[in-house]
Amino acid sequence: MKPFDYVRPATIAEAVTAAAQPGATYLAAGTNLLDLMKGGVSRPDRLVDVTHLQGLDKIEHLADGALRIGALVRNADLAHDAAFAKAHPAIAEALLSGASAQLRNAATVGGNLLQRTRCAYFYDPTSRCNRREAGSGCDARGGENRLHAVLGWSENCIATHPSDFCVPLVALDAIVEIEGKSGRRELPLDELHRLPGAAPQRETALEPGDLIVAVRLPATARDFAGHARYLKVRERTSYAFAVVSAAAALRIENGKIREARLALGGVAAKPWRARAAEAVLKGAAPEPSAFSEAAQAALTDAKPSGDNAFKIELARRIVVRALTLAAAGTPARIPALPASPFASGALHA
Amino acid sequence: MPEISLTSAPAHIRHGSNIGQPLTRRDGVLKVKGQAAYAADHHPPGMLFAVIAVSSIARGRVAALDVAAAKGHKGVVDVMTSKHRPELAIDPDIKTNPFVFRMEVLQSDEIRYANQPIAVVIAETLEAATEGAALLAPRYDALAPRVGLDAGETFAPPVVGVGNPAEVQHGDIDAGLAAAAKRIEATYETPPQYHNAMEPHAIVASWDGDTLSIDTPSQAMVMARARVAELFGLVPEKIRICSPFLGGGFGSKGFLTGPQILGVMAAKLVGKPVKLVLRREQMYGPVGHRAPTRQRLRMGIDAEGRFTAIDHHAKTVSSSYDDFYEPAADASHTLYASPAIRSSHEAARVDTGTPLFMRAPGEATGSIALESAIDEMALACGMDPLAFRLTNYAEVEPTTGKPFSSKALRACYEQGAARFGWAKRPLAPRQMRDDSGLLVGWGMGTATFPALMFQAEARAAIRRDGTGVMEIGAHDMGQGAWTALAQIAADGLGLDVDRVEFRSGTSDLPDGGIAGGSAHTATAGNAIHNAGAAVIARLADLATRDERSPLFGAGNAGVVARDGKLFRRDDESRGESYADILARAGLAEIDARGTGAPNPTAQTDYAMHAHGAVFAEVKVDSELGQIRVSRMVGAFAAGRIINPHLVRSQLLGGMIWGLSFALHEEAITDRRTGRIMNADLGEYHIPVNADVPPMDVLTVEEHDPHVNALGIKGVGEIGITGSAGAVANAVWHATGVRVRRFPIRIEELLTPL
Repeated sequence: MKPFDYVRPATIAEAVTAAAQPGATYLAAGTNLLDLMKGGVSRPDRLVDVTHLQGLDKIEHLADGALRIGALVRNADLAHDAAFAKAHPAIAEALLSGASAQLRNAATVGGNLLQRTRCAYFYDPTSRCNRREAGSGCDARGGENRLHAVLGWSENCIATHPSDFCVPLVALDAIVEIEGKSGRRELPLDELHRLPGAAPQRETALEPGDLIVAVRLPATARDFAGHARYLKVRERTSYAFAVVSAAAALRIENGKIREARLALGGVAAKPWRARAAEAVLKGAAPEPSAFSEAAQAALTDAKPSGDNAFKIELARRIVVRALTLAAAGTPARIPALPASPFASGALHA
Repeated sequence: MPEISLTSAPAHIRHGSNIGQPLTRRDGVLKVKGQAAYAADHHPPGMLFAVIAVSSIARGRVAALDVAAAKGHKGVVDVMTSKHRPELAIDPDIKTNPFVFRMEVLQSDEIRYANQPIAVVIAETLEAATEGAALLAPRYDALAPRVGLDAGETFAPPVVGVGNPAEVQHGDIDAGLAAAAKRIEATYETPPQYHNAMEPHAIVASWDGDTLSIDTPSQAMVMARARVAELFGLVPEKIRICSPFLGGGFGSKGFLTGPQILGVMAAKLVGKPVKLVLRREQMYGPVGHRAPTRQRLRMGIDAEGRFTAIDHHAKTVSSSYDDFYEPAADASHTLYASPAIRSSHEAARVDTGTPLFMRAPGEATGSIALESAIDEMALACGMDPLAFRLTNYAEVEPTTGKPFSSKALRACYEQGAARFGWAKRPLAPRQMRDDSGLLVGWGMGTATFPALMFQAEARAAIRRDGTGVMEIGAHDMGQGAWTALAQIAADGLGLDVDRVEFRSGTSDLPDGGIAGGSAHTATAGNAIHNAGAAVIARLADLATRDERSPLFGAGNAGVVARDGKLFRRDDESRGESYADILARAGLAEIDARGTGAPNPTAQTDYAMHAHGAVFAEVKVDSELGQIRVSRMVGAFAAGRIINPHLVRSQLLGGMIWGLSFALHEEAITDRRTGRIMNADLGEYHIPVNADVPPMDVLTVEEHDPHVNALGIKGVGEIGITGSAGAVANAVWHATGVRVRRFPIRIEELLTPL
């Protein structure tokens, strides 16, 4: 394979400096990056291995009630942290529905946020892809695009963001903490990933050298713990990306939804926060009519980008089901088949 | 050489003779410890690494390769292209026999499919060869590729499968349909599927002058040796192929593929041993695959629910440069009685690698369509699908009128249905729900696969110490040949299995034939059985002619072999050990050969097939289009079962593949470029453990005196048949939605709420 430099900085500052060079990229667990390198999709000149940086693997409870998750916390460790799963059950369920046990054991929080689309044309260096190579074209348009985006896509790119983890995170107003050349800053997760527009190659709001050091969940996120679910429809029970997924979280008081959070996965180039649907739900009784109305609102702007019109109807149904499940209450334990429509069935008793 | 001879094994608790005992696989410990050396595990001194560069277009020619850039990369030793390669002794496109399929070994710059090898980079490290291949940056003169079932011109293939007539007609279809009280017509589509054996094709080739040593997985070593010999102008005896373990074959390792030959060419070019291992995505082209099909079934029944006609027509595709046609419609020949049956095929040529054999070629694709249509026909006449099948049970093979050599299918239906609880099945769909409100459906399918035999030879010996040797160049693809064949060898030699050294897995041993067609245990097993009988006969001859032996005068027919001794049949108090007989004769060992081959008389007189019945339960979330198989029961009758433990594993594997066929597996081909867009195990979906429900496998007792002396029918492929249709029919029963395109996808179940 292509030769590359490998550096292992001792401090975050050194890492940022090393990664700010052209051709450099961060390496954490490499569960996505190494595949991309083997396939010739990514050909970095320098890997900046951040896995040895100190202090990025902690789950911290902050004074203001927020929860701070270090960027190097492993997906499996986070999902299996009992206090975390109790406070943020939909996030734990989403984590456990992703990838395979082996990958979850390795993959990091920061890496999960920055994983690349699984669009087959992005993955295939001989296909044209504006995301991989600006201005080259998009072979997914008019190609095999049954699973591509139905929201927020452009003529230049119809890829989706594949993360499960990001979907409930974005619903719960997660904040991304970033260390960069000009110091530390933070960004709502909802603003991290960019819609493709005219420049699909700009996938995130990160600048060269920027390192995600933590994800923070505000104290208010745990107010939804009693009514929070993640639901994922996929083509097999494990080790498959979402065709469509949804995270639904409700704060129910006196029989009314005081506040609703809803996000969709597998539908757009970013985890898709459905604020219009949330507005519909606010103040409504947690009943099917409200859920249907919310589903309509969530998909108002949806349109097929290819052979994927079914995903719009599927997304509506998933929204209704996820809201129904959330309203019914978070189960005491994460189901054996996390996020599966079959999770509650006697099948797995 | 532990990799080619298994003399001892972990202790097995068993009673009685060896055949029929559920021994765990004798090579299991080697595999668990990582000591079973697969082809790619070999690393002879001085070995170099070869990596193929493949075409990204499906049709056209290579216009340019940046060979200089590749050669300039550190560690790259040479770049083999169509302009720089060793000459072959014959044109590889020449069909020297019907089992030669064309391959791409850099004979020209023509490109016939995506992922075709276009160059081989040879380097000191795998990394350097990989980067060298990337640096070739090919440029192409591309032509518009022909993609999919509707591309190209449709024609009638001369034959389908291996020499089967493309059209078979029995009775008068038009009259049968015209006379029918009820008729159905339905069209089903099956997708292209690609080989994904856990072990990709790999080869380590070492030349020493005009002798050649090859480590490569093969389902047919002697045939492979003959192919290498003709391509390189060698005598076969100068070539040794070593293939003790295969990480799965499923048909893809039946013939040497282009990449394997390229490994031999690369070694010749650089004058050093070379290893070439396909990357997973490189399997999607040059190693054969299952072609897509579109199958139209027309059926008619009379007022009593008996068939008046079954008309099965299949369209499929082959490559632009060779002929193999998935014999899907042949699935209708044997299972259901009808006065009129017709199978017919048509095809088109597309720009893919040549589709070839994949587990149950024809039977798997044909079965899911036939069994779905049977379900539709049963519904049309308001009959339970099992009752309908029994009403149309074939007492003789319908298209030939031959009696079956044995057929315990009725017992399979009965035992399978009883275990499953089929009798409680409501006739109409959408009648059952589980506690959580999911729709529940039950479906069934009939399984069938022909009981074939090829040719094999074995050599047996008994040694001075009373132990035995059995030699046969057989193939263990993971199915357990090391164990099952050793059991047959032990019984054939009248020894405990641990007293037999079983040598296998190399081409210099007697020809074990082909591990294909579900015929390996039957063919190699009968060769072993006959070799054992022959050497026992020689031993008995020694003893009964020797007046110092207690067996003197007993005559060959009057002696039995057991536990390392010969006994007088009429007086078992008189016997003598093998060791004593050989010692007195002054012989270190005595040996003999035996062959396994089909019996032409029996083949003329009887129809020979294994059968089975598969029952499946699915749960469906119809709002979200999600399907989950919740249990399966398969009951199979396949003659004598040599090792129930291994047979169960084979049948389970087949049933899981059937589930995969119905719900998961499909190569996504870009309609514009002919490229496979999901050529990896992340996106080419096969079931994960969580998709596989509890499965019950029953083997139904069946004695077949005609198929071969051991009564073996084979179990390698039958499990996939019946199973795929059972799952598909269960989905219909759960939802009332009949999906006729496989695999069944989410969107097809998203009916209006």
